[in-house]
Amino acid sequence: MSTVELDMQRQTGPRRGAAEAAPRRGHRFGDPVFRVLTLVCGLLVTIAMFTLAGVLIYDSWPAIRELGFSFLTTVSWSPSSGSYGALSALAGTALTTIVAMVIAVPLAFVIALLLTELVPPSVARVIGTAVEMLAAIPSIIFGMWGLYVLVPFMQGTVVPAVTGSWLGDLPLIRPGATFQGGGFSILTAGLVLAVMVLPFITAFTRDVLLMVPRVTKEAGYGMGSTTWEVLRRISLRYALSGVVGAAFIGLGRALGETMAVAYLVGGEFLNVPSSLFDPGTTVASLIALQFGEAMTELDISALIAMGLVLFAITMVFQVLAQMWLKRAQRTAGGRA
Amino acid sequence: MRKSIRLRRTAAAVALMAVVALAALGLAACGGDETSAESGPPASDTTDTIVGAGASFPYPLYSKWGSEYAGLTDVKLNYQSIGSGGGISAITAKTVDFGASDSPLEPTELEDAGLVQWPQCVGGVVMIVNLEGIESNELRLTGELIAKIYNGDITDWGDPAIAAVNKGVKIPSGKISVVHRSDSSGTTWIFTSYLAAAAGDVWTLGGEKEIAWPTGVGGKGNEGVAASVQQLKGSIGYVEYAYAEEAGLATTQVQNADGEWVKPSLETFTQAAAQADWAGAEDFYVVLVNQPGATTWPITGASFILTQKEQADAGRAQTMLKFFDWAFTQGGAAAEELNYVPLPESVYTLIESEWEKSITAAGGPVWPL
Repeated sequence: MSTVELDMQRQTGPRRGAAEAAPRRGHRFGDPVFRVLTLVCGLLVTIAMFTLAGVLIYDSWPAIRELGFSFLTTVSWSPSSGSYGALSALAGTALTTIVAMVIAVPLAFVIALLLTELVPPSVARVIGTAVEMLAAIPSIIFGMWGLYVLVPFMQGTVVPAVTGSWLGDLPLIRPGATFQGGGFSILTAGLVLAVMVLPFITAFTRDVLLMVPRVTKEAGYGMGSTTWEVLRRISLRYALSGVVGAAFIGLGRALGETMAVAYLVGGEFLNVPSSLFDPGTTVASLIALQFGEAMTELDISALIAMGLVLFAITMVFQVLAQMWLKRAQRTAGGRA
Repeated sequence: MRKSIRLRRTAAAVALMAVVALAALGLAACGGDETSAESGPPASDTTDTIVGAGASFPYPLYSKWGSEYAGLTDVKLNYQSIGSGGGISAITAKTVDFGASDSPLEPTELEDAGLVQWPQCVGGVVMIVNLEGIESNELRLTGELIAKIYNGDITDWGDPAIAAVNKGVKIPSGKISVVHRSDSSGTTWIFTSYLAAAAGDVWTLGGEKEIAWPTGVGGKGNEGVAASVQQLKGSIGYVEYAYAEEAGLATTQVQNADGEWVKPSLETFTQAAAQADWAGAEDFYVVLVNQPGATTWPITGASFILTQKEQADAGRAQTMLKFFDWAFTQGGAAAEELNYVPLPESVYTLIESEWEKSITAAGGPVWPL
């Protein structure tokens, strides 16, 4: 599915141009019908999105009225003690996403370089397919893998080793007040998120790197550049904005990931984690964990307000991503 | 030339997709009309399917009952385990035939929503520990000790308060890793209701589905808690009995309301169901924890069924009640196989006479048939 999406993305540019220039012959009905159909489809998506935003605002209104701005500034989420605060979840979302991005973006970039520049196409196809297969694994499988494999490994091996060494005194690593052994933690959730977003970022980055004009690269080699010089001076410069766009795509996914994170992050709704080894929660996983048994109108409304917050965050990043993508297309616009 | 062929192909593909989307939309719209015109549950328009939604705690049992019953009759059960909150919303909105909840509703809440409730099955919540050299049911815990461990007053297995009730048991000392649920759940409600009943002055956080836990780490679902306790040395957790059995985890003895030490088992859970004063409780509002009796397991809970007092369709209502009657009278073996306790006959006779009194369709009673 990701490939299809990416292919479409890659091809929209030139095809749109072709559509305008295409010769019209014989299609009396074809074009108008086609235009109406596409318009309807486009409108449907737009309407769906605005309706969604509207419903989110409407349903979260009781919570907004009751809690006001304190919803965003209160730390803890504990409906049984009357406290509805989004801050611990927002902090957890930010931290897990940062961990995932810091790991996944460089890794994806290296894999993409490998696929496009360094290995023969036959090998690239095999590795590329393997990476794309990762995208097809349901998130609950990642959650189970994390629960049964990664959590014990982190708690038994990684965390004792790190906290026992000189690293253990650094901020964000020194265990905080809510530390519980480090197995269920921001870091574990972030690591799994990194694996989950890796295929998306890799596939997109690869496609961006493939857009680098062959002629320019060959000119580079012709001038006697080494592979490294061509990568750094030509490929990377052409692809940079596209790579940032790819990172945004992954970011959007990491922000909203629910199930895998719910299993691994530790469900600490009361405190902002002060270390990567502390348990925490994220906006999406909090909604999933609390929704099933939410009883009162305020409970449900506050959870929907959480959804609204997530919607707003995702939208901001989507808009940023679109802006970057536009820039990426402009930068690479001179290609054949 | 080449470009225009590709374009045409793309156009055809997009048009096709659009047609499919429109068709789907049209169908959805038709479906919408149909359901809004009909007041009953939308999932089926025959009386051959009973539709329920709610608690996840009894889900394995209800689905087993459903498949056995479908083999005997032509009636199917479609039960969605979406959580008690969702189950209550669904039955209040009349989108299902019945809802299921792990905690009973207060009589006033039932009155407001026009609902009737009854317990359908009983289950036990057990303490699980991961301690080197400690066998299942070797360790003894009181309600007060559990409360102190879960509110962070006792943090080490070497604590003298633990040793005091475990003479002769060699408990390896070390930090206690507390594991609780991260999702809101009926299991947590049963567990904390027990703590509130058995250790009221120590446990001040009440009996709730989600708790502002002062310590510990949260696992998602019974499976999450079981997996964490299995992996973390020195940990303690609480799960439904079936999960402890399945994972082969070490359970503990707990001191009950009569001061006796009891081990978790179907017999001790059954005692709790038998001891409860169902007859004296309005709308079967009974919290089953900490019931009296020498062999009663104290951390026990019932799972409740909710349905509309005023049924839209007498036939549908009878089909549903016939199923629950079958579950009471014939479903005991299936329940015990899954470590749930079927209700004793004295209790379900009470329940069925409540059906007779409270559930009506078009002004007349629907039970007995």
